Amino acid sequence: MAQERKIKVLIAKPGLDGHDRGAKVIAGALRDAGMEVIYLGLRNTPKMIVEAALQEDVDVIGLSILSGAHMTIFPEVRRLMDEYGLKDVLLTGGGIISKEDMEKLRKMGVGRLFGPGTPTYEIVNYIREWYEKHRKPKREAEKNES
Amino acid sequence: MNDLEKIRKAREEWDKRKKEKSCDRQEKFVTTSSREVKDLYTPADIAEFDYLRDLGFPGEYPYTRGIHYNMYRGKLWTMRQFAGFGTPKDTNRRFHYLLRQGQTGLSVAFDLPTLMGLDSDDPMSHGEVGVCGVAVDTLRDMEIIFEGIPLDQVSTSMTINSPAAILLAFYIVVGEKQGVPMEKLRGTIQNDILKEYIAQKEYIFPPEPSMRIITDIMEFCAKHVPQWNTISISGYHIREAGATAVQELAYTLADGFAYVEAGIKAGLDVDEFAPRLSFFFNAHLDLFEEIAKYRAARRIWARYMREKYGAKNPRSWLMRFHTQTAGCSLTAQQPENNIIRTAYEALAAVLGGTQSLHTNSMDETYALPSEKAVTIALRTQQILAHEIGVANTIDPLAGSYYIEYLTNKMEEEAEEIFREIEKLGGVIPAIELGYFQREIAKSAAQYQREIDEKKRIIVGVNEYVDPDEKVEIPILKIDPKVEKEQIASLQRVKAERDPKAVKRSLNALREAAVMGTNLMPRFIECARNYVTLGEMIQVLKEEFGEYREAAVF
Repeated sequence: MAQERKIKVLIAKPGLDGHDRGAKVIAGALRDAGMEVIYLGLRNTPKMIVEAALQEDVDVIGLSILSGAHMTIFPEVRRLMDEYGLKDVLLTGGGIISKEDMEKLRKMGVGRLFGPGTPTYEIVNYIREWYEKHRKPKREAEKNES
Repeated sequence: MNDLEKIRKAREEWDKRKKEKSCDRQEKFVTTSSREVKDLYTPADIAEFDYLRDLGFPGEYPYTRGIHYNMYRGKLWTMRQFAGFGTPKDTNRRFHYLLRQGQTGLSVAFDLPTLMGLDSDDPMSHGEVGVCGVAVDTLRDMEIIFEGIPLDQVSTSMTINSPAAILLAFYIVVGEKQGVPMEKLRGTIQNDILKEYIAQKEYIFPPEPSMRIITDIMEFCAKHVPQWNTISISGYHIREAGATAVQELAYTLADGFAYVEAGIKAGLDVDEFAPRLSFFFNAHLDLFEEIAKYRAARRIWARYMREKYGAKNPRSWLMRFHTQTAGCSLTAQQPENNIIRTAYEALAAVLGGTQSLHTNSMDETYALPSEKAVTIALRTQQILAHEIGVANTIDPLAGSYYIEYLTNKMEEEAEEIFREIEKLGGVIPAIELGYFQREIAKSAAQYQREIDEKKRIIVGVNEYVDPDEKVEIPILKIDPKVEKEQIASLQRVKAERDPKAVKRSLNALREAAVMGTNLMPRFIECARNYVTLGEMIQVLKEEFGEYREAAVF
């Protein structure tokens, strides 16, 4: 039996913010949970992130923003994802984000966002469940074609 | 049998009785840094303790008990709330508010573009202008921030690193315009580039030219701005990035030694610049571990400065430090609980003898603090100072078996880490090898794992959770118009300034960068001519290059 494809996640720090503790902890936790993680590191523009996501054919993009620039960066990344044909890729993330802003971003097509104090398994479970529901059927279809 | 042996023996017998008569509720007890803690400490745990050698008296070497003779009986710590957001005008209003509430020092938070040396109209700045601090592009912004605040009557701390020299130059020129000579300016620039590479990651240039800018500042200030603290050697961010208490202690002091060595290597007399070095530590949740950390830090610094670096002036030996409560200990869940966490952390800082203190606000896991939240945070300090009796006597926990044991132990462990860094060739090679970054990431992962596995209880997060919780505190909103307003104001300044003077002062800056002469007078000249921060940094980038780190997790 062929080995099951791992869920592929791109973690990045967009903008100028250098607080990378959260991004690294999450990247490690997702890897430990059996996912394939690409960590892009610091100071990526939305374009760099989406291009990397396209090239790596990821299932999920996770952004960590603690600088307050989330209302600019998330919508821009979402817009570029749609433009690049990544409509069915999950955009999620976390940081210092008010509940009100989380709700606004959700309406713009951004997935769940997580605040400080979130246990990592919550994020792992969220990504797995999303993948099972939205992404796995597509991946399996791809496999059958090839 | 001597006393200690008697105690050891009695302890063993007590252990047996304890096992028969009681049962601990968990197998292992650990600190915030995952350090195992025993059930009881006795004189046997500090067998080598020598009061005069290890503690001495406050105000005197090795300063374990505090750096002043009278500590808080003389003057309370400076209550210094870090603030800054939006446009310079918004920040000026918040500063006037804080001063009216009884705050005694100012502390400026800059936005990310400023921290990274970018102007507000730079494409990379989009979305970040005025968001996590105030935007500063030119001298004009600093004039507005300090409008109505006489610079000879306040001390101002500026959290700025890579472009610290330029912000100091702006401040000096604001003083000049108010008629305050630079000799009278009091304050601090953080200017700690090493911890940027290690933890905070707001670097611009490679380490070598960065260290050169720092020695330029130390030299200039020793001569012209004698009351200015030239570097605030910071463990805060190292801890926030996930380090343990001992890692914070050791990495910060190692950075401190690296600055001292750089100063000496640049030909400065250690006693000329060392008295203006100050420190900045984190106050995390574990009360005793934090208190021991501050005491150990003072003792190690004093010993190294006197014994290793040969400083003769007692002011070079004593470690002055600012403390901020741990932002990373705050939770988004039940945010009101953060008031309580912060209060205990502040207590540790005061019992540890801090010179100034910032208490975080309960809402900082959501946004910059609202006025209501920041007022409660300041009141927390005022209650500590006036109501609960901790400011009455000096270093009240000295002599506690546990505290003295921990102080010694942390000093020993820091020494071990110094040796490890030495083996790698010193702080800068260790940075380039990713040593600190890796060690910190390991500690951060372990802390999170303990929470995930419920080995560590965080109230409201993995225990006492309220699933129907609604956040009911006010949240500060930054007007998205700020970016537009700031860019418009920058364009006005650019249109009004003398382009010839701009060019001339930028050329002089480039020349000093290449020739290796002190950059400070050139920055001041640029500031006077309303050269932007981004323009100055761009010239230096062209001469010094830019730093990139490998992304590892």
